[in-house]
Formats: sequence, C-alpha cells, structure tokens
Amino acid sequence: MNYPAFLVGAYEHPIRKADHLTVMQLHAQVAKGALEDAGLDKSQVDGYFCAGDVPGLGAASMIEYLNLRVRHVDSTECGGSAPIVHVAHAVQAIAAGRCKVALVTMAGRPRAARSAIRLRPPDLDSPEVAFEQPYRPVTQNMYALAARRHFHEFGTTSSQLAWIKVAASHHAQHNEHAMLRQVVTVDEVLDSPLVADPLHKLDCCVISDGGGAVVVAAPEIARSLRRPLIVVRGMAEAQKNSVAGCVDLTYTATALSGPQAFADAGLGPQDIQYVSLYDSFTITVLLQLEDLGFCAKGAGGPFVSGGNLISGVGSLPFNTDGGGLCNNHPANRGGMTKMIEAVRQLRGEAHPAVQVAGCRLALVNGIGGSIATRHTAATMIMERL
Amino acid sequence: MGAITAPAFEPNILPDVAPYWEGANQGKLLIKLCKDCGKTHWYPRAICPHCFSTDTVWIEASGKGVIYSFSTMSTSDQTYTLAYITLAEGVTVMSNIVGCQSKDVSIGLPVCVTFVHSASGQAIPVFIPVEVLLTRSS
Repeated sequence: MNYPAFLVGAYEHPIRKADHLTVMQLHAQVAKGALEDAGLDKSQVDGYFCAGDVPGLGAASMIEYLNLRVRHVDSTECGGSAPIVHVAHAVQAIAAGRCKVALVTMAGRPRAARSAIRLRPPDLDSPEVAFEQPYRPVTQNMYALAARRHFHEFGTTSSQLAWIKVAASHHAQHNEHAMLRQVVTVDEVLDSPLVADPLHKLDCCVISDGGGAVVVAAPEIARSLRRPLIVVRGMAEAQKNSVAGCVDLTYTATALSGPQAFADAGLGPQDIQYVSLYDSFTITVLLQLEDLGFCAKGAGGPFVSGGNLISGVGSLPFNTDGGGLCNNHPANRGGMTKMIEAVRQLRGEAHPAVQVAGCRLALVNGIGGSIATRHTAATMIMERL
Repeated sequence: MGAITAPAFEPNILPDVAPYWEGANQGKLLIKLCKDCGKTHWYPRAICPHCFSTDTVWIEASGKGVIYSFSTMSTSDQTYTLAYITLAEGVTVMSNIVGCQSKDVSIGLPVCVTFVHSASGQAIPVFIPVEVLLTRSS
C-alpha cells in the first residue's frame, strides 16, 4: 500500500500545573519535544496546525513565536477533537503536496489560570446564546443531560458508568505523571459528590495544564527516520447539533465519523486492539463505544462493566495513560493526549503494565464541543506497519 | 433540599428575535413556523433551517410539553435544573424546571410554560410540572 504520510513524532508535556510557564512556552516546548522524538529539525517543518488554544492571532502568532517558515497552515477549530482533525488534514495536505513535515501543537494552562470551567465568554453574536445561557448550562450539566437520557432509554446505571473511571484509574496507577494515580472502586465513584445529577465528581475529567504535539511526515522522510512506521489508515470528522430542535442525545457525531473512518480503513471494530477515547466524562466514553460499534447502541453499560476496558483484563483496553479522567486534560482539550498514547501503544512504548501485546491497530476518537448541543467528532485509525 | 429555582440570567437579545422576547413579556411562548415547508424549528431563525425559505413566521406555542432530559446542579448560590423540554409543537428546547423539588423531576413529566424575570425585568420562559399548576389552582 502507498500511504501518503506517517505519524513520526509525538510528545506529551509532563507538567500538570504550569504556574510559571506561558501558553506559548508550553506550545514551544511540546513542538520541540515532538520534533526531537521524530529526529527532525525545526527547519524541516513546512506545515503548521493548531486550534483556538493558541493565543493572539492563532497560527500566525505561533508561527512567529516558533520562527517557522511554512507553506501550509490549518487552524481548524473544533475544541478537543481539533488535534485529531489536524492530523487528518495534515495527511491530506501532504498527499496533496502542500507540505512534507507537518507540526501539530496543543497546549494550555487552565488550571494555573483557574479558567477551566468556562472556556471563553459566550460570543454574543451567536444566535443560540440567548436561548441557552439564561438557563445556566455548563459543561457538566450538559453532559449530564445525555447521561440521564441514556439511563432512561437503555437502563444504564451510575455503577456502569463508574466502571469507566475504575478502568482509567487502574491504568493511571502506572503513570508517574498522572494527576490521580490511586485505583478507585465503583463504590468510591458513586460516593463522590454529585456534580450534575447523575454525574459524580469522579465521572468528570481532571483540570490540568500541559499539552502535546505530533509530527506527520511524507513517506520518504518517515522512512529516513529511525522510528516505527505508523500510518493513518482511516480518518473522518463529523458534526452533530440540536438539528433545528430535533434533539436526540442518545448518540454523538461519532456515529457518523466512526463508520466513515472504518470504511476508509477497510476495517471494523473487531480489528481494533486499543482505543483512545476522549473521556471528558464517563458518559462520553460510553457513547463513543456505542457509536463506534464496539457494542450495540444502548449496550454500553454492560460492555464497560467488570473491567472490560482494563488492559490485560478486558477485551478492549482504553486510555492506558489514565486518560482525562485520571491523567491530564490540558487546555480542556483531550484529542492530542489520546493520539499520543495510541502512538505509544503502537510503538510498544506504553508502560509495560498496560502495554497491549503486539499492538498493531489502534483507534482514536475525540469529541469537541458539547454532546448536548453542538460538537465535532473525529475518528482516526492508525496502524503500525 | 428546597425548591429548584431558575438562574434567569440576562438574555442577549439579537434584533431578529426581538419579537420572541416581547412575546415573553406578554406571557407568550413564541416559536418559528415555516410557511413554505410547514415545519417548526428551534432556536428561531429568519431562514428556515429545514428548507431555506425566508417565509418564516412567529406562532404562539401551546406552552405544553414533556421533559426530554434534565440535570440538577447545586452551586454556591442556588440549586437549579437544566432541562430539555419537547414541546407539543415538536421542537425540543433548553430551559429550566421550576416550582417543585428536584426529586419530583422525571423524564416524560408533563410541564407547561411559566415565566421568571431577569435582573432587568425581561421575562424568560421556564417550565413547571402541570401537576404543580393544577394543585395550585385547585
């Protein structure tokens, strides 16, 4: 097969609270880390990708700060799924001959800045604001709306959701950088305070600083590097919203992007050995698993129960770095760190306690925005050749 | 836990939906209907999101609906219930539930519109269980 591009570099910032680093510094540090990981020099970067977490004029400001000379730029903004979309777009740009070495960065410091809950003030030109803001929707209660409806339609329970957090905590115990390394039980999740009924505190991801970067390169460059060859086999992005008032919270845009990515790859859920799923909340993971076809719609509760997502225990190991639920959630965006852990798994560089033996096919999925209103999902299937 | 209340945050009123908010001040819940395709939509738009017709009109909704989903959240200053309500006219709208305890809220519960007021006095549509209203009026 002739693949247009390879994922050659990945780096996750080890910091979880950046009291004395700026957002630009974090971006620069992860850029440096990913290029060093790939074995590339910054002078070779000719494509740059970032989203709204970059301050100032976005890509223009970041390219100036890094002093890059690029011929292709993409600053598609879709929240936490943006880095996954960026890698997909980088592959397309390289295939189209627009660049050869694409750098994607993501970083932020909402924890140090104490600005995590509200990402930014509502844009008063947005027509929906007047019909939502008066009622005080926040991230937590909007995801809770989806959880409550899932409980109602399919009999899903808080205990079942708790198993997702339990699995993440089993993985996080092995990650020296994870914010929450203590293994928790289902009862401990249920005993944690209700944040937005029915979601408990331990159903929610952490708030952290940090970031990550990945490098995508053309085949001739990738083959010159002493790195495992990781290729993007399938990729798709999709939107979902309130559809002019026809609200259905039982599925996400992943129900559209997932099948497209599988079709793109010529693969199905049964082929996937490891998944990285953006776990903003436990319910987000459950919905993605169903939407990706790892189980039937509505069967997510039984699917995740009993440790089925724990590496070495269950059938589908997920987020072996501890994910957003336990490890980190830099810039309130989960897509980048999900890709990085998938790269580790495919390279065999995950922690030995959570490494999936012979991991060759991995899937990454992210949802940016809110599952209760409007969001963008991105699905990516990667293979180690 | 006491009765749930509505935050009643000030709406940012854009010119194309001014009639909606004037209607609320008169105790009416208005929604948009497309005269070409005959469908209602939400949130209100000048161009029909179903067929792109520009011939959309305001109609008064019955104010009746059922709870599609809800979540009660307590902050330092209040306990409130965010909800989606599916109106009798078919569209599902975001709002708050008021006039009852959080434990009395459930999916499928019949509700009807009532109004709370923002700091500036703007009426904001919220929803109250029909049962509570009947008890009050009897």
